[in-house]
Amino acid sequence: MTISGTAVAGDRKLKTVSLTIDGLKVEVPEGTTVLEASVKAGIYIPTLCYHPDLEPYGGCRLCVVEIKQMRGLPTACTTPATEGMVVTTESPAINEIRRASLEMILSTHPCECLVCHRRDRCGPNDICLRSVAVDDRCVTCPSNQDCELQKVVDYLGVHELHIPRDTTPRDIDNSNPFFDFDHNRCILCARCVRTCQEITCVGAIDMANRGYNAKIAAFNDLPLFDSICRSCGECMVRCPTGALNPKEVIRSDKEVKTTCGYCGVGCSMYLGVKNGKIVGVRGDPEGPANQGRLCVKGRFGIAEFVNHQERLNMPLIRKDDKLVEASWEEALSLVAEKLGKYRGEEIAVISSAKSTNEDNYVMQKLARAVLGTNNVDHCARL
Amino acid sequence: MTNSINDISDAKCILAIGTNTTEAHPIIGMDVRQAVHRGTRLIVANPLEVGLVEDAALWLQHRPGTDVVLLMGMMKIIVDEGLADEAFIGSRCENYAEFKESLKDYPLKLVEEITGVPGEKVTEAARMYATNKPAAILYTLGITQHTHGTDNVMALANLAMLTGNIGKPGSGVNPLRGQNNVQGACDVGALPNVYPGYQSVADEKIQKKFEAAWGARLDPKPGKTLTEIIPAAHDGKIKAIYLMGENPSLSDPDGKHVREALNRLDFFVVQDIFLSETAQFADVVLPACSFAEREGTFTNTERRVQRVRKAIEPVGVSQPDWWITCQIARHMGAKGFDFESPEAIMEEIARLTPSYGGINYKRLENGGLQWPCPTEEHPGTAILHTDIFTRGKGRFMPLTYRPPAEMPDEEYPLVLTTHRSLFQFHTGTMTRKVKGLNIFKGEERVAINPEDAKSLGINDDEMVRVVSRRGDVTAKVMITEKSPKGTVAMTFHFAETPTNELTNPAYDPVAKIPEFKVSAVRVEKVKKAAVSTAR
Repeated sequence: MTISGTAVAGDRKLKTVSLTIDGLKVEVPEGTTVLEASVKAGIYIPTLCYHPDLEPYGGCRLCVVEIKQMRGLPTACTTPATEGMVVTTESPAINEIRRASLEMILSTHPCECLVCHRRDRCGPNDICLRSVAVDDRCVTCPSNQDCELQKVVDYLGVHELHIPRDTTPRDIDNSNPFFDFDHNRCILCARCVRTCQEITCVGAIDMANRGYNAKIAAFNDLPLFDSICRSCGECMVRCPTGALNPKEVIRSDKEVKTTCGYCGVGCSMYLGVKNGKIVGVRGDPEGPANQGRLCVKGRFGIAEFVNHQERLNMPLIRKDDKLVEASWEEALSLVAEKLGKYRGEEIAVISSAKSTNEDNYVMQKLARAVLGTNNVDHCARL
Repeated sequence: MTNSINDISDAKCILAIGTNTTEAHPIIGMDVRQAVHRGTRLIVANPLEVGLVEDAALWLQHRPGTDVVLLMGMMKIIVDEGLADEAFIGSRCENYAEFKESLKDYPLKLVEEITGVPGEKVTEAARMYATNKPAAILYTLGITQHTHGTDNVMALANLAMLTGNIGKPGSGVNPLRGQNNVQGACDVGALPNVYPGYQSVADEKIQKKFEAAWGARLDPKPGKTLTEIIPAAHDGKIKAIYLMGENPSLSDPDGKHVREALNRLDFFVVQDIFLSETAQFADVVLPACSFAEREGTFTNTERRVQRVRKAIEPVGVSQPDWWITCQIARHMGAKGFDFESPEAIMEEIARLTPSYGGINYKRLENGGLQWPCPTEEHPGTAILHTDIFTRGKGRFMPLTYRPPAEMPDEEYPLVLTTHRSLFQFHTGTMTRKVKGLNIFKGEERVAINPEDAKSLGINDDEMVRVVSRRGDVTAKVMITEKSPKGTVAMTFHFAETPTNELTNPAYDPVAKIPEFKVSAVRVEKVKKAAVSTAR
């Protein structure tokens, strides 16, 4: 929030600077990068390695801009905005450099579809008239239409590569039970590496090798499953392409904001729903406790138990030492009749640390007001 | 937590004691590690080499059950070296002189002897915690699950008060609550001695207030805790139990005794989303729906009340727990259970619970609220005890060392301590249904030190039988330096290896929490299938 000269964050007063971006006056807190200032001013600068949660990196070279009185074309993501700065984000010279950088990125990424002018009209079952291999096609990629590389290619209008492609097949690490790492689609933006170092602080992966052999790898190039990876999937969430993707990609029809049901941290999350089933979980960036982050159980451990075939779906009553299905009316009448026989000392109610406040409230009210007992507890001690 | 999760990043020093944060509270584990990256000094005190040890400036590997000695030893050094916050003590605390006197019982030599931690490390920890302010304490069941758990917590409170590390951002005494709504269940009165909002059942004025609100006669005598209910059922004093969403058959100490107790009940109702190991003992099983199928609120470890929302329709004819409980009450002819929605229940909670007084669903739409939140205008409370403690002055408590109830001996020479895995949750009712999580951690592994394994002639991955005075279980062994010599560690996530067959039901006299962190066991070689908990 900018308030005439000083932005107030908590009780600390931050100095602000004003600069001009494409002729627009912008005022931002000191320390803001040129890229962030542009985003704030509503000016798009293409980028693939920048992520708002991560430290500036300057890897993809797509965010280059012109800044008056600065030499060359600095990267907007690593340049702090300073007082009086005059920035130009778009010019034929800038875009030429950006296209050259993008072509280098594309030279190791399946890109026949990416640069094809028919991509928008092509469905997964269409026959490709240009005979593009299946694993080179966007329509077979789980990130199709949800891919930042596609967006940048479209924005910069790259339709052919002027440098030779390296199409050597690369590994697909499918050792993790929840997500795959397809190195063929990796553009080495290092968002995953930086996420694992800066956000989760696990440091399971890093950049390995040099040149065309460069890849993201775990220590000793072990499969992810055998590495120290904790499988939280935070890397996957920030991958701009289809390199890191859940094993099963089902796009949801709607999302419902709720609170995770596992531990006491209370992560705010969105449950993705399709056809009445949970198909995905996404961390809520506004979540006060988690700020968008989730762990392996929250991200990957909910849909399967909620949708599980062993879920109880009918009341059961023990008859001849066997639990047999019954109607609600039968079960409730039996419970009410039987519980009614005991009072005070003879009866106890065990409530639940997994259920809601409202559930627990009515349980203890039932114990105290109806069954006449203070014998009510739950597993807080266990 | 006295403080909030967010302000862990403000701490200059973090003492993480009796917590395996990166496994049990993964997101807070990330916060702690991020703080360390920014320069926060981390002290880990844990008998096991937990994940945070690699990030720690200092690791105190004390013997299980010696926390009081370790902490009192640290406090003696803080006082002796003049590092105590005299101004804070003078204005906010009482009983300091007596407490100071009691520290004489903890000379460094004795502390070394009992805890097994070298004196220099205890001294360094004391200085690090006392001089890097603000300093936050994080703890979990490693502190509380002892016959002297209350003493352990009081020792931590003493330490925080002694250094003025309470009531300020980045400080505090912060228990990380284990389950999603263990805080809320306590808040709304699912405890034997208090009504919602920790209002005592023995207080006549409070009793009258609830009698008027609920239209019923209420008992002023506190009831039994879960750890007392099970023995009472075993003795035949408790004849019927109505249980919702818990699995004592696997989660409570001395599993055999628990199953016997459940078998002796005249009538046992279980309400759950799965036919759990406990539900198999029930006379009636009521199908509840999962958190994804209902409206409501959870209260997290930092006292933040947050909304739970219905994403999908209930499975089969399952119903939300509140609906089932209300139906039972109505079938019994009770009044006051005709709520139409959880929102209406929250209105009643707010009316009767001062700390929840300002909480309603409309406000929660804009994000959670941290209690105490007494009025609709109140913004909630991020940090407790900023000006005054709940009881007025903070009282220093002199403490004596009480060893665990069951110490290793010739017959049972090892200490068993229970812990948790990131990839499973509690008794596994939910996580065991998730294939991928079982690929990561699908069976129990008894963590044993290489020296102990060698002296027993056991190889890695070999099947062993772990035996205590109460029972035995079999599981594969994992030889690891992470478990100190003389201590074995097991989780309790697996029905195939019900670790709580072994654990000691002896409990803390005040909190009635069982001593899961110290049971005497022996480990034997076997080649046999795991025992089952089936009836």
